[in-house]
Amino acid sequence: MTNAVKKNPNALPKPAAVAERWMLRLYVAGQTPNSLIAYANLSRICEEHLKGRYEIEVIDLLVNPTLAKDDQILALPTLVRKLPEPMKKIIGDLSNTEKILVGLDVRPIV
Amino acid sequence: MTKPTKSTKPGPDVLQKTPTGIKGLDEITGGGLPLGRTTLICGGTGCGKTLLAMEFLMRGALQYAEPGVFMSFEEKSEELTQNFASLGFDLNDLVARGKLAIDYVHIERSEVEENGEYDLAGLFIRLGYAIDSIGAKRVVLDTIEALFSGLANETILRAELRRLFRFLKDKGVTAIVTGEQGEQSLTRYGLEEYVADCVIFLSHSISQQIATRRMRIIKYRGSSHGTNEYPFLIDESGFSVMPISSLGLDHPASIKRVSTGIPRLDTMLGEKGYYRGSSVLVTGTAGTGKSSMAAHFADAACRRGERCLYFAFEESQNQIIRNMRSIGIDLEQWVARGLLIFQNSRPTLYGLEMHLVAIHKAIEINSPAIVIVDPISSLMAATNEADVKSMLSRLIDYLKMKEITAFCTDLAATGSSLERTDIGISSLMDTWLLLQNIEAGGERNRGLYILKSRGMEHSNQIREFILSNSGVELRDVYIGSSGVLTGSARTTQEAVERAETLVRKQEIESKQREIERKRTVIEAQVAALHAQFEAEKDVMDLVIAKAKLRDETLVLGNLAISRSRQVSDLPHQQGSAAKTGKGGRK
Repeated sequence: MTNAVKKNPNALPKPAAVAERWMLRLYVAGQTPNSLIAYANLSRICEEHLKGRYEIEVIDLLVNPTLAKDDQILALPTLVRKLPEPMKKIIGDLSNTEKILVGLDVRPIV
Repeated sequence: MTKPTKSTKPGPDVLQKTPTGIKGLDEITGGGLPLGRTTLICGGTGCGKTLLAMEFLMRGALQYAEPGVFMSFEEKSEELTQNFASLGFDLNDLVARGKLAIDYVHIERSEVEENGEYDLAGLFIRLGYAIDSIGAKRVVLDTIEALFSGLANETILRAELRRLFRFLKDKGVTAIVTGEQGEQSLTRYGLEEYVADCVIFLSHSISQQIATRRMRIIKYRGSSHGTNEYPFLIDESGFSVMPISSLGLDHPASIKRVSTGIPRLDTMLGEKGYYRGSSVLVTGTAGTGKSSMAAHFADAACRRGERCLYFAFEESQNQIIRNMRSIGIDLEQWVARGLLIFQNSRPTLYGLEMHLVAIHKAIEINSPAIVIVDPISSLMAATNEADVKSMLSRLIDYLKMKEITAFCTDLAATGSSLERTDIGISSLMDTWLLLQNIEAGGERNRGLYILKSRGMEHSNQIREFILSNSGVELRDVYIGSSGVLTGSARTTQEAVERAETLVRKQEIESKQREIERKRTVIEAQVAALHAQFEAEKDVMDLVIAKAKLRDETLVLGNLAISRSRQVSDLPHQQGSAAKTGKGGRK
């Protein structure tokens, strides 16, 4: 898990109605248990609720320590919702799905 | 404060220290903060925590070539730059030169949601990166307690803090963390339990409306340290701490003398004046000329080319210069030449300790040969007498260490015994002059005594002290039947004496004339007697001559008769034979 940008394979050009793109950034520091869990949780939730409308960028601060300053990263793992505005931050291993959905304003598609 | 600090001999157990470069702090910590460890600085709001921490970095970068990292949790770097620019620190410049890194950590609970397990590795990475990027030796975290308000999970936080301090130790940096004072504890969130090596407490207390900043080292593991509360000062050049009791009684004693600026007073002090490096106290009630004596002393020092530092607590510089010009002393020329430096401040400007620190600072900067404090008594307005005594003893000790002659004036309350003057103070002083108003004959005049002068012979007499437009003059006083005569009484006495002298002189002259006259008379009499004698003698001679003549005539007559009577020789041989002989010879 480096800072490589991982795109969801399903996120092909899919001009959905409003086409709200979700740009998510996950800051981690190496492959710690917490970051692995967080990534797994995040991927699962996005697949379930934002299929095709999201991007997850994983940034490993061990590789790019300077990036921590820009987003004011303190705790790890940190999930940053870059888009849609406003920016949101969630720290932790994202084990509480309900909370994430509320936190990211992702409502289950009915 | 006795500890050999930055150990030259690397003993295995000696704690190494990092000098802070802050005046006084290195003295009370015995060399600085523990090297490679974390120091906690705690205290209330506005007591100078951030400043102390920043100065630690600044001095490290500038004086010891040790770059530093400032991690701020409260102020943005632009704000920090602004704040410290007012203290003369150019943070931007240091950052540009790679001697300082500032990282502002913003944390706001409302912007962050917590979800599950996390750690503070991000903080570690940022800190680690900042340290590595400039090779920092010093780190400041100001104030890490912000994390407590930013993050909800205290359990994680405390575990991470412990890890953070270990991390700092592993990095080998000397760190300062600051903490806000709590109600019951040193810091609001109990940081002191993580930082076990060195804890410094700053306070800002107010007594009688005057604020004094103080510092105390609560704990310093592995080192002895000063345990008192030390006052400190924050001014345009940063922090300065004043150690209270580090000075011993082992100052040098000079045998050199310095003139008092008043020739007659020099004479009274064994012909030479004060000892260099001694302390002089002039006590007197209002208007007895204390400041004038101070000005004389300053003037004399400047004339010798020595530097003089004048602490005035009652008058402004211009006022002193103007007033002293009226007694013929031009202080302005010395100010212009930089030999005389005035430090004017109101005693109530800050607390006593602050004054002491300020005085120290000024002395350090200017290194004068003499220091004048005019008057020390007004410092008492700031606090109580005991404090003044302790402050003065420290000041005097300090000045003696530096061989600076101290000249203090002391305003005594009118009506009280002058020699009461603050029992404590006088014992600190080597020379004590007393100026007194002598009230007699409807006027007040000034008198000067030397109450004591250690180590030199000095006059025991009172002198009248006159302020004229050519300076201070000392005059003898008259001791009359009604006490000491001064002022016009003295002038009168002088006139009386002059008159008496005149009369006596005249008397002598007339007596001498009388003798002359008598001699003339007697000599005349002697001459007359001589003349009379001569006259009488003449008469006598005449009588005698006549008598003789008659005798001869008689003999001749007898002869003639006998011849005429033809008597031969017969009756002739008896009685008249002698006469015949005589007459025959004639």
